[in-house]
Amino acid sequence: MKKILNLLALSILLAAGVTWAVTGANRGWTKTSVKVETLDPVTGIEGITYQPKFLPGVDFLGAAAGLAIALAGSTLLIRNKNKTTSTNNK
Amino acid sequence: MKLNYLVPLLCLTTAAAYAAPETFDFKDPKNVNNAVFKLDAPLESVNGSASGISGSVTFDPQNPGATTGKIVIASESLTVPNPMQKEHLHGPNWLDVANYPEITFEAKSLASISTTGDTTTADVTGTFTLHGVAKEITAPVKFTYLKGRLGDRVPNMKGDLLVIRSTFSINREDFNIQKGKFEDKVANEIDLTLAIAGAAPTP
Repeated sequence: MKKILNLLALSILLAAGVTWAVTGANRGWTKTSVKVETLDPVTGIEGITYQPKFLPGVDFLGAAAGLAIALAGSTLLIRNKNKTTSTNNK
Repeated sequence: MKLNYLVPLLCLTTAAAYAAPETFDFKDPKNVNNAVFKLDAPLESVNGSASGISGSVTFDPQNPGATTGKIVIASESLTVPNPMQKEHLHGPNWLDVANYPEITFEAKSLASISTTGDTTTADVTGTFTLHGVAKEITAPVKFTYLKGRLGDRVPNMKGDLLVIRSTFSINREDFNIQKGKFEDKVANEIDLTLAIAGAAPTP
C-alpha cells in the first residue's frame, strides 16, 4: 500500500512537471485562454481575441506538489504490516 | 451671366461638403478595436484587454482641433487569461461591472495639434470615467484619417475611416478602486493603450 501511494505521488509530480514544461513552462498563474493577435491590414490595428486553451502555471505545479506531498505523507500513517505481526509474535 | 455666379457657387458648395466634419462610429463590425491594460506590481503583473468598444467621434480633417466625441468601453468585456483574476477584476471589490457597466472618455479640447499627411497628433483633454468616478485627464492621441478606405474593410460600403491610437496611464486610487490596498500585487498605475477604428459611411 505504501509503495503504491509513493509511486502515485511521484507519478502526479512527474506528470504535472512534464505537462507544465511541455505547455511552455508558464511562470505566471494558470490560464484557461490565450491571446491571439490578428493584424487588420487596412487600419494596422492588431485585433485581440482569446481562444480557450489550458496553460498550467505555477499554481498548477504547487497544487500537484501539495497533492504529492499529501499522498507521500499519508504513508507515514500506515502501519507496517510485517513489523506489527512480529511484535505480536513476541 | 448666370453661369458666372453658378460655377463659383457650385465650387464653394462642393468644397464645403468635402471639408465638412464627419462623424465616425466606433462600433467595429470586424471586432478589431481594443484597449489593452497593463499593471506591473512588484509581486504580480496583470495584462488584459477589452473589446467591447463603441462611441462616436466627430472629426474634420481640415480642422482637427475641433474634434469632439466619446468612446465607451463595456466593463464586462475586460478580459484576462486567468479565470480567477477575471472574476476578481469584474467583482464588487474591484471594477464592480454590475454597477459600473461602462468606462468612458469624452473629449473636450485638443492642444499641441500637428498634422502631417493623413496623420494628426494632439494632446486631448477630456473626462475619463471609471468605477463611477469622473476625472479630467490629458492623453496624447494619434488620429489617422483614411479617406475612402471603408470599402477596403467592409465590402459594399463606401466611406472614410478614422484610426485613433493612444497610450496613457491612470492611477486606480484616483478612481476609488481599492485605494491604498494590495499595491504589492495590483499596481496603482494602470497603463492603457487604445487602438480603435471608426467608420463614416457615405450614402
